[in-house]
Amino acid sequence: MLTRPFVIAWKELLQLRRDRMTLAMMAVLPIVQLLLFGYAINTDVRHIPTVIYDQDHSAASRELQQSLRITGFYDLLGEVKSYAEIERALRSGKARAALVIPARYASNLRSGKAAQLQLVVDGSDPQTVGSAINTASGLIAQRSSELMLAKLARVGGGAGAALQPIALEPSTWYNPELRTAVYVVPGLIGVILTMTMVMLTAMAIARERERGTLEQLIVSPVRRLELVLGKILPYTVIGYVQMSLILLAGRVVFGVPLVGSLQLLYVLSFLFIAANLAIGLFFSTLAKTQQQAMQMSFFFLLPNILLSGFMFPFESMPRPAQFISQGLPLTHFLRIVRGITLKGATFPDVSQELVWLGAIFCALVLLTSLRFTKKLV
Amino acid sequence: MSETIIETQGLSRRFGSLIAVRDVSLSVKRGEIFGVLGPNGAGKSTTIRMLCGILDPSGGSGRVVGFDIATQAERIKERIGYMTQRFSLYEDLSVVENLLFYAGIYGVPRSKRRARVDQVLERTGLGQRRKQIAGTLSGGWKQRVALASATIHEPPLLFLDEPTAGVDPVSRREFWEQIHGLAAEGTTVLLTTHYMDEAERCHRLAFIFRGQLLDVGTPEQIVQRRNLRALELELEQPRDAAELLRQQPEIDEVAHYGHVLRLTTRGGVDPEPFVRGVLESRGFTLKSCNVSRVSVEDAFVSMVREDEQQRAKAA
Repeated sequence: MLTRPFVIAWKELLQLRRDRMTLAMMAVLPIVQLLLFGYAINTDVRHIPTVIYDQDHSAASRELQQSLRITGFYDLLGEVKSYAEIERALRSGKARAALVIPARYASNLRSGKAAQLQLVVDGSDPQTVGSAINTASGLIAQRSSELMLAKLARVGGGAGAALQPIALEPSTWYNPELRTAVYVVPGLIGVILTMTMVMLTAMAIARERERGTLEQLIVSPVRRLELVLGKILPYTVIGYVQMSLILLAGRVVFGVPLVGSLQLLYVLSFLFIAANLAIGLFFSTLAKTQQQAMQMSFFFLLPNILLSGFMFPFESMPRPAQFISQGLPLTHFLRIVRGITLKGATFPDVSQELVWLGAIFCALVLLTSLRFTKKLV
Repeated sequence: MSETIIETQGLSRRFGSLIAVRDVSLSVKRGEIFGVLGPNGAGKSTTIRMLCGILDPSGGSGRVVGFDIATQAERIKERIGYMTQRFSLYEDLSVVENLLFYAGIYGVPRSKRRARVDQVLERTGLGQRRKQIAGTLSGGWKQRVALASATIHEPPLLFLDEPTAGVDPVSRREFWEQIHGLAAEGTTVLLTTHYMDEAERCHRLAFIFRGQLLDVGTPEQIVQRRNLRALELELEQPRDAAELLRQQPEIDEVAHYGHVLRLTTRGGVDPEPFVRGVLESRGFTLKSCNVSRVSVEDAFVSMVREDEQQRAKAA
């Protein structure tokens, strides 16, 4: 009987239509999350508030301050007069970094001796530390090689000495401006789909159990597969609507590009959506009430956000975390969706992720059908 | 017609160490209204669930509409209607949406669904309320929708688990008229109840107590087998009289009904001369004394009491 899944899907949609709250949540949630994550998550470190302890007060030291400011990484808040003041500024959070220029900076430079600068950084936020140190050392290395070359030119006057011995020219592909939104928005499709798909299906069965209608369904001739299909069908459609909404909004608001094939993305997303629905269904076999189903869904969401590579790079996670991460459908979907939207990946590029998704899906279906029986108790 | 629709042998079900149903053997014939009686927790719902094929028996066997309850549960499910204790309707769907849903689930062909739903709405008098959201209906109306849903596919066998719990007397009466109507058309109805007045409306009854079958038969047979006689008295100091009467081994049960004292005697003892003898020798004056009909409730209470006494003796 092919009609039963459709009868169930029709009923689900009718119920959904009357459930204004859930309906609104499904439409508004993706947009709110998109704006929230798109604007708020910004891993580019810029505008580090910095104080200067200039003990030299020379033209050279002022020049150094100037070149620091120009990078855009440091907001120079002004000068301090002692280490105690530096400590106060860092502790109060007014400044995150402090540059100490020693008293004999200019004269040392002139006489060709090494000048020792000091950069004090607030280590309570490791992300700032890295950027602050990297930018500063880059800047200083450049300054010193300039000075060195100038000295060489003065001393030797040789023509070839004007060249640096080694030069690295970095070239960033796919997201040349390194905008976080470009990276976050496609990932957000995965996060939001995980959240809504798992929760909706988990609640859909738990609700029937809670209200006693599940017993009525169990006693009917509906087959397990028909029930599962009927429950999954409407939510798959909702999943696609959400996905389209985020893609569109991401494009309009954040200018997220779509390099690869949209069709391929839609086709491959099916397995991801199905895997999430299967997880929801599995939760619903464990949950006795809608509240429990909701709690399980949230509990499941956390590792997805933290371990999937959505917020932190997969490669830098410790091994056990990577191991867990491989079992999450989101991990693999993120690679697919980022690959297609940002890099124009084609089917062969993402086929490995697809195998993973397929394997996870099959395992879940097996697990769920073992748990879900048309019997009471 | 004496075709057997339900037949069980030694049906049992345990939940851990608790034996919910113990060795129940019964048979129900086509067109019968079969009542399963018992106090709360006696094993009525467990029995129904096993017969519907949604709970596996831990012992014994049974055949329902010609199929084995343990191995052919899905075949049974197509041929039965089942109404749960809570009238499991979708409270956020309208009456007609609920019916259309169950019609679809039970495989009523799409072309016939509307007509079938209209027909059921007509029969149950729900026509006026077809668009109303089920959650806003009162208990009696919910019960009608639940019955309509359970019969939407015209099943030959209907299971009703406490169908009249929380329903007002008028709705209950109308409900019973519908049940008799269905039975007259050939539908077999098995229902559970703990309302004794409803028990008397059944063709046959089964008494279940502590998971065991105490007696099966027509209400008349069950009453006859207990061999009770009933009497209603009016007198001064009814509490003292009741106390005295309860001490007599011939008296099965004494109960207060307003100003009236109602009692039953065991073993076919003629109650009037016996009671007069006992009471008047102790100086009680009877204002009135009328022989009363022995009810199913009398028989039921008597059976439960006897069972309790035997248990007490054994322990």
